[in-house]
Amino acid sequence: MFRILVLALALALPPTLSQAAEVTSFELDNGMQVVVLEDHRAPVVVHMVWYKVGAADEPPGKSGIAHFLEHLLFKGTDDLAAGELSATVARNGGSDNAFTGWDYTAYFQRIAADRLELMMQMESDRMRNLQMTEEDVRTERDVVLEERNQRIDSEPGALFSEQGRAAQYLNHPYGIPIIGWRHEIEQLNRDDAFAFYKRYYAPNNAILVVAGDVAPDAVRALADSHYGPIAPTPDLSERVRPAEPPQLVERRLAFSDARVSQPYVNRTYLVTERNSGDQQEAARLTLLAQLLGGSGATSVLARKLQFESQQAVYSTVYYDDVSLDESTFGLIVVPTPGTDLKSVEGAMDQAISEFLDEGIDAEHFERLKFQIKASQIYADDNIQSLARKYGEGLASGLTIEDIEGWTDILMAVTAEEVIETAQGLFDKRKAVTGWIMPAENGEVIQ
Amino acid sequence: MIRLLLTLCFLAAAVPARAAVDIQTLTTPGGIDAWLVEEHTIPFTALEIRFKGGTVLDPPGKRGVVNLMTGLLEEGAGDLDSRGFSEARESLAASFSYRAHDDDIAISARFLTENRDAAVALLKSSIMQPNFDQPDIDRVREQVLSSIRSDRTDPGAIANQTFDRLAWGDHPYGSSSDGTEDSVTALTRDDIVAAHENAFARDRLYVSAVGDITAEELAALLDELLGDLPATGAPLPPKAEMMLGKGITVVPFDTTQSLALFGHQGIERDDPDYIPAYILNEVFGGDGQSSRLMTEVREKRGLTYGIGTVLLPMDYGELIMGQVRSDNAKIAEAVRIITDEWASIARNGITEEELNDAKTYLTGAYALRFDGNAPIARIMVGMQMIGLPPSYVTDRNDQVMAVTLADIRRVAERIYQPDKLHFVVVGQPEGLDGTN
Repeated sequence: MFRILVLALALALPPTLSQAAEVTSFELDNGMQVVVLEDHRAPVVVHMVWYKVGAADEPPGKSGIAHFLEHLLFKGTDDLAAGELSATVARNGGSDNAFTGWDYTAYFQRIAADRLELMMQMESDRMRNLQMTEEDVRTERDVVLEERNQRIDSEPGALFSEQGRAAQYLNHPYGIPIIGWRHEIEQLNRDDAFAFYKRYYAPNNAILVVAGDVAPDAVRALADSHYGPIAPTPDLSERVRPAEPPQLVERRLAFSDARVSQPYVNRTYLVTERNSGDQQEAARLTLLAQLLGGSGATSVLARKLQFESQQAVYSTVYYDDVSLDESTFGLIVVPTPGTDLKSVEGAMDQAISEFLDEGIDAEHFERLKFQIKASQIYADDNIQSLARKYGEGLASGLTIEDIEGWTDILMAVTAEEVIETAQGLFDKRKAVTGWIMPAENGEVIQ
Repeated sequence: MIRLLLTLCFLAAAVPARAAVDIQTLTTPGGIDAWLVEEHTIPFTALEIRFKGGTVLDPPGKRGVVNLMTGLLEEGAGDLDSRGFSEARESLAASFSYRAHDDDIAISARFLTENRDAAVALLKSSIMQPNFDQPDIDRVREQVLSSIRSDRTDPGAIANQTFDRLAWGDHPYGSSSDGTEDSVTALTRDDIVAAHENAFARDRLYVSAVGDITAEELAALLDELLGDLPATGAPLPPKAEMMLGKGITVVPFDTTQSLALFGHQGIERDDPDYIPAYILNEVFGGDGQSSRLMTEVREKRGLTYGIGTVLLPMDYGELIMGQVRSDNAKIAEAVRIITDEWASIARNGITEEELNDAKTYLTGAYALRFDGNAPIARIMVGMQMIGLPPSYVTDRNDQVMAVTLADIRRVAERIYQPDKLHFVVVGQPEGLDGTN
């Protein structure tokens, strides 16, 4: 009963939904890109600066320097004492933070809209005028080591993930963890941080995203006066990282840790990412991930492994579509108590093979398309994640047009195209399969 | 030059942004009270429903039944089996979430204007007529058991369960709301049906909505969705008795970084001193980067990535507690600093500058919470549950600004009790011996 009703409604939706958030973009004379997203529902603004530099741009042997530098950016400038920027944001009723990825480093504040200029003053100040003492560097390096302790070394899943990526990427620096290898973090110093900072923290390597209760003209005037005077870094080269050679050998990892209670299988394949002007293959992969493992009850792996054969308690499929270079497509299956890892991995492969033979259920595909359409409506409710979507996309090699065209590209994908992509995807020579096990697990990885 | 400009901006900061929401209160023809904010710019509605009395309603020996029952609400209802229900929900591009908390069951829904009636009919079936089919019970039970097994080797879960057991003993607060492997394995369909009857009733219902819907439409929607609920549910439990005393409990665990939880008796949400206590906690260990504990433990000494404290005013007991993770070799120093800071704030309170900074932060940050339909709906349903009027949204900042240094001194001495402070440390801490 519900289904008939819904299909009728799906047809009634206009092909492209109008966005509540108005998007404006322009470039300053020094090459800094600016994006303004208007949302006047609340007197609040999100101010973000994204640098087109991340962990995959680090010099060899200096893993973690991009993330360490992100921490040091809170230490102060010629005009701001250590910690003063965050304290000033807080005293003005705002919150601030930062994050580092393989392809970007971003800083942001959320605050009352009438404090935007203060944010720009301080953020533009620390783009070029960073100061830090040896003492700051030593203490903050200890903080980062504790962060690594907490996020990676205390989490067996994260430890495996690190090893899995190192095995997945034979040559590309995506195989190196964002936070850095412990032995390299321990050696990072002030000179490393400054060298990285001076090269990459520049207006012509940055994107400003301002979202919320603001007018584009006012943002332009403020950006001109605060970011505009900053000199660009000349001859900043294209971001070309060491590329992957052909991957010819299946990789299998057996990982044991006493802190694992629930064993599981994790497999990743090397795949393409969204490229500017060429997002079709990534769109097919996005839909494929949704079909195979996007929902706890209705996706293909859940149906076959959790409901029918009951060999898994949980399954999921993930794909990172936004990335500057080649990405990964991953599957996780968690076996039921009576099922060993070999059996559940076999069942996963069997389920994929059946899926390729059976093709895509038309109603399932239709439901996904309707959800994609609706997600545009829901996305307008969260201006910060919208701002993040633009910042991340632009810092990862996409254009505004690519970002805005993405939904239409997803909507245009056919079931046949998804199957065609799937048929080329599941090549184990490009895959890393991990068995994550408790310490005394007797199973032998095949 | 920049410094001068900053100073000017500090002066301007005295007038914080106001939360700009227009709350309507309504009572439906069927007698359901609800709060609404109309927001017609985006064609969807966020609906928040709460039933007081969550996992604390687990009967003796049936620990985990409310959690399992709640997890089964989306696993088939009326004519639809588990997958049929999910397919119907996905077809509508609606999202429903069902969560069992200690003190309430929370149901959050989000649906498009264009198929609102169908979404509400589906949501209603999951609340009023869940099937609880045996194969679904067994499947979801396995998921819960898997999670219970994972907790056994998770330092955070071990620390929480240890702290709760020491603090609350046999009260439901004293054990994991997931239940144990034994208790969950033994649960029957009858237990689950009984838990459903106990939990969902009009006498414990709270509702709010934000989005593309008028008061009239909402009233009709709520009578349709919730009008068939029984009048009363199971009796709510008595207050829990706090059993925690001063000490350090070490739980040995093979890992490089120790995790510590620390705290003692807290303060009730409707206590007249709650707002001064909230300000104190903000200065001491709140979410701003520059709290005393962040400054002393992280910024000055690099002992941790993060440290924070919270006030936890629950319905049947209150805590003030915090968490820190630090290398096994350094956790003893972190514990010592926390203990010293605890004594210092109890004895001396905070400075006038700290109070003023906290006021400008808290009053400014309050407006930032109202950033979307679902967050606003969650705030409104939470206000109703703790008995705050709609005007609190506009009065709250005045209440914060009215707190004086004298209030702070008195309340600091009252709520921080160094002679009651208890640490639970999971790991292999060096130089830290359990004292009980």
